[in-house]
Amino acid sequence: MTTTDVTEVVTQGTTATQAAKARAKVPWRFLGQRAAFYLFTLWAALTINFFVPRMMKGDAVDNYLARNREISPEAADALRALLGLDSDKSMWEQYVDYFGMLLRGDLGVSITHGLQPVSGVIATALPWTVGLIGLATLAAVVIGTVGGAFVGWKRGSRLDVLIPITTFLSTVPYFWIGLMAISVFSVGLGWLPIGKAYGVGQEPGFNLEFILNVIEHGTLPLATIVIASLGGWMLGMRNMMLTVLDEDYITVAQAKGMPNRRVLWRYAARNAVLPQIQSFALSIGFIVGGAIIVEQVFSYPGVGKMLLDATNAKDYALMQGGFLVIVLAVLVANIVADLVYAVLDPRTRQSEA
Amino acid sequence: MSTTYLTVRQRASKLGSAFAMFRNAKSIAGLAILMAFVLVAIFAEQLAPFSPTQINPRARLQPPSAEHWLGTTHLGEDVLSQVIYGTRGVVIVGALTALIAMTIAIVVGVLAGYLSGWRSEALSALANVFLVIPGIPILIIIASQFTNPPLWLIAAVLGLLGWGWGARVLRAQTMSLRNRDFVQAAKLNGERLHRIIGVEMLPNLMAIIASSFVGSVTAAILGLTTLSYIGVIPVNAYNWGTILNWASAQGAFVQNQWWWYLPPGLCIAAIGVALALLNFGIDEYVNPRLRSAGERARAMKKKGLDVTNAVTVVRAHQTSTENQ
Repeated sequence: MTTTDVTEVVTQGTTATQAAKARAKVPWRFLGQRAAFYLFTLWAALTINFFVPRMMKGDAVDNYLARNREISPEAADALRALLGLDSDKSMWEQYVDYFGMLLRGDLGVSITHGLQPVSGVIATALPWTVGLIGLATLAAVVIGTVGGAFVGWKRGSRLDVLIPITTFLSTVPYFWIGLMAISVFSVGLGWLPIGKAYGVGQEPGFNLEFILNVIEHGTLPLATIVIASLGGWMLGMRNMMLTVLDEDYITVAQAKGMPNRRVLWRYAARNAVLPQIQSFALSIGFIVGGAIIVEQVFSYPGVGKMLLDATNAKDYALMQGGFLVIVLAVLVANIVADLVYAVLDPRTRQSEA
Repeated sequence: MSTTYLTVRQRASKLGSAFAMFRNAKSIAGLAILMAFVLVAIFAEQLAPFSPTQINPRARLQPPSAEHWLGTTHLGEDVLSQVIYGTRGVVIVGALTALIAMTIAIVVGVLAGYLSGWRSEALSALANVFLVIPGIPILIIIASQFTNPPLWLIAAVLGLLGWGWGARVLRAQTMSLRNRDFVQAAKLNGERLHRIIGVEMLPNLMAIIASSFVGSVTAAILGLTTLSYIGVIPVNAYNWGTILNWASAQGAFVQNQWWWYLPPGLCIAAIGVALALLNFGIDEYVNPRLRSAGERARAMKKKGLDVTNAVTVVRAHQTSTENQ
């Protein structure tokens, strides 16, 4: 190598440094595409959210009047105006108003919660849902993916039995597993409480006694969601591992004497996990739907139970608010999955080139 | 054109190869269980010993007996008869939903895969929107609008919300088929679009369509029973979810009346197992590695080799000979 070559390399860098620079470059095109997709999905969900309650028979005020008879017709009209149900506005005006209110963070008032703002009602329910469903989903994904990688690695061993078992559990509805868990562990054995987030008479606070109580109440619903959703992750990861383990670079890695542990996690699992992340992004809506029912089964005071109660009581503002929060949570989970994918798979970042 | 020259036998074998994915033990077992449920649904009147709504005040909450094989409910209704009649709703909604969902999925997925550019991207984005938006909350809200939604309506809503996954998988497969030689050759021969898609591509998509169909049926059954359990679907149209709704509302889970809540749950599980078996069978047909990997590993183990350590074993053997 001549001196000029060396200086060239030092000033301009080799192919490797170019790749490193490309990695640091922000993939605007990729980000723009994803952002457009999420905005479109959000708009679609919000529009569904706007139209569905307006297609219903009978409005929330009629329902409210049936329960509170002493309200005068004038008060009923005022209530309609307050809830945005006054009929003299055109559908289009209502639609524009609806987006205006959403942008201001105004979700209306909840009839079933003494005309409290919906955002306040949701704020009390949200931490429970995020804690329960967030933790459970994370646990299921991690256990399923790590387990699936291991089962795939130990192919042909007795561990293969795990696949049909977990698949069986994922074909049974969430609520039935929850009900069975209650009948076995709460009623039969009396180990764990039946429902609710914390015991009657417990004062919510940041102390050890309360936290232990919450953990005790959360164990069964958490375990239910994990058991019901584990199968998909495990099967997906194991199937992908079987495909990846046949690749030549795995054989090469082993032939050059790389420790098996490194081959398994850094070479095979890292590549096999990519479709997993994509399917996580796409199935999160489905999982959240099932998890909502688990909240109902365990009378867990989260957004899902709130949504069901609001639907039964025809409390439309709260119903719309609950649906909005669920959609937002699903979209956020999708964005996170996208980011993780971009970190793990350099190809998505290099689509620019 | 080319099909006109096929002999009858060739046609039969072509038809047979379309069903090759069902010709393994797992698929056949799954299909057999499914057929059993379909037969129960068809012959519910002949099979059920009682009417599912026949009240008997003198036989309330009885455990299984010779007269009531699966015991009775809080009103003295026969649980076995309810489970048998309940099969109907599940089978009808499962099949109808999957038909609707797969029709949309095939049209959107194959078109999105065959077209290119913004049209393909737009169709794909549409499918992804339906995948991302959580279906169960929408279903709860829509179903609660009707005091007595008929089964076909529930199936229609489930189908309209549930085609996203199938469309996505079909698009990916169609995109990979689009550039294969036989499709290019058909194009150059001047075959029409509907012929290229219908005759050249569709047979190669059959396994994916079948697997998505099975997935749609599973999702539909889970959706139907879940909605029935939480009570947004009328309680007079019996299905397994409705029975569980009644059992739960009457405290059967707390009072340990297992004959009431166990059978409908196990039926959901059994149909789930059948569908999972079918899916395993199709998966192994599509991706033979899934089956052969385990068989190969066991064969290696018989020879005393460790499948996860295939390479290092050989080297260890060499070093031991060098030492001698």
